[in-house]
Amino acid sequence: MLLIECPWCGPRDESEFAYSGEAHIVRPLTPEELTDEEWADYLFCRRNTRGDHLEQWCHASGCRRYFNVQRDTVTYRIKSVYKPGEPPPGDRP
Amino acid sequence: MQKYSFLSLARNALTYHENWQRAWRSPDPKPGYDVVIVGGGGHGLATAYYLVKEHRVGSVAVLEKGYVGGGNTGRNTEIVRSNYLWDEAAHIYEFSLKLWEGLTQQINFNLMFSQRGLLSLGHTLQDLRDIQRRINANLLNGIDSEFLTPEQIKEMVPAIDVSPRARYPILGASLQRRGGTARHDALAWGLARAADSVGVDVIHNCEVTGIRREGGAVTGVDTSRGFIKAGKVGCVTAGNSGVLASMAGMRLPLESRPLQAWVSQPLKPILDVVVMSNAVHAYISQTDRGELLCGAGVDSYNGYGQRGSPATLEHAIAAIIEMFPRFSRVRMLRQWAGTVDTCPDACPIIGLTPVKGLYFNCGWGTGGYKSTPGSGWVFAYTIAQNRPHRLNEPFSLERFATGHLIDEHGAAGVAH
Repeated sequence: MLLIECPWCGPRDESEFAYSGEAHIVRPLTPEELTDEEWADYLFCRRNTRGDHLEQWCHASGCRRYFNVQRDTVTYRIKSVYKPGEPPPGDRP
Repeated sequence: MQKYSFLSLARNALTYHENWQRAWRSPDPKPGYDVVIVGGGGHGLATAYYLVKEHRVGSVAVLEKGYVGGGNTGRNTEIVRSNYLWDEAAHIYEFSLKLWEGLTQQINFNLMFSQRGLLSLGHTLQDLRDIQRRINANLLNGIDSEFLTPEQIKEMVPAIDVSPRARYPILGASLQRRGGTARHDALAWGLARAADSVGVDVIHNCEVTGIRREGGAVTGVDTSRGFIKAGKVGCVTAGNSGVLASMAGMRLPLESRPLQAWVSQPLKPILDVVVMSNAVHAYISQTDRGELLCGAGVDSYNGYGQRGSPATLEHAIAAIIEMFPRFSRVRMLRQWAGTVDTCPDACPIIGLTPVKGLYFNCGWGTGGYKSTPGSGWVFAYTIAQNRPHRLNEPFSLERFATGHLIDEHGAAGVAH
């Protein structure tokens, strides 16, 4: 069971949260200019990282706010938690 | 290959079973192969077997980073069925089921394939409508399927609670009599032995670390045991497909999630069909050893750790106890999880890639086990002919760009 630290409510049990997938996916500003392949990449393709994964969680049974988590997908260890709009930890390609 | 038969059993009994041949060799990798299959699970082994058997490919190797049967092939709930809603999915799963029906004989290995019947329960009016729709679709596709009333379910499965007061009242079910179970370790071992017997090198402890390309075509793979040249490379690595794809500079529409299963202590025979319920994400059967073998829905978050979330486990156990109140005091013996590669439309991706000579077979998500022989067969065809077979043509990677998705998610539910 994960112990997730909501940036607003503090550490809570995993069952209070809803997983919302990969973080920092930006909706293309001009969808009409994209090819079908580019649009499919935005809609469906994911990094699916094995290792440090930046992901969104929602404190669904608590404050109902979204935030970002850096979690290792092999050990499941949560390395950091940060609010939307804050820069992700470390360098990203 | 030493043939397994009553005679060989009797002969070996005379020497106290000390002189059995190894079921398959453990060769060192050669410098190069015509086709290299990455991933020594059921799908990879079946692919290699059919490549030689059906398409006469000269030299084939299967590279497995761990050991045969250590991945999802040995971690599922052994369920085999083909009652899928959409034509594309129904065709490939039914083709696979037909291969299952002759596989024990074909590969001379007892897969303990048992067509004991499979019930999919409905708990709401909408469930019943979906079940009726699926039954009709199945019948039109030549797949056996029938509807059972709660009384008929109770007669078939006396241990189940069909009372209207249940938390999830059982209002009906679909039954596929040709569905059932097959022992998963036997499938892994049987296919490894079959592939080996036709000359495939099954190489253990050989992890692929890179896919070498030259001028847009694949030239070989870097592995933990050195570089291996390859004319064609087929990747069948389930949960790790995304990792392999990134080695070739590709992105896939996959997310790897843990999928859990567990067994109880062994009991006397009480359940002789497979019972599954999509609505409450749980399924259960009884193994020949007497264990109740149960499975849950897929976990909610990505994970490669081969461990599941206790919350998912608890949810599925609660649902099973609700359906079978008398199992409430049965003890759980073991629990485990596999890493499944889930696709947005819950259908696999089998086909060519933008890299010449590189093929992917992935995205089976929670439904891979039952499709093993069929998946191997069509993937072998795709690699050998360099074009998809009509059975896997709809499951191309391009469908995400064209929009021709096969929305099996709502149809099959999550329980596979």
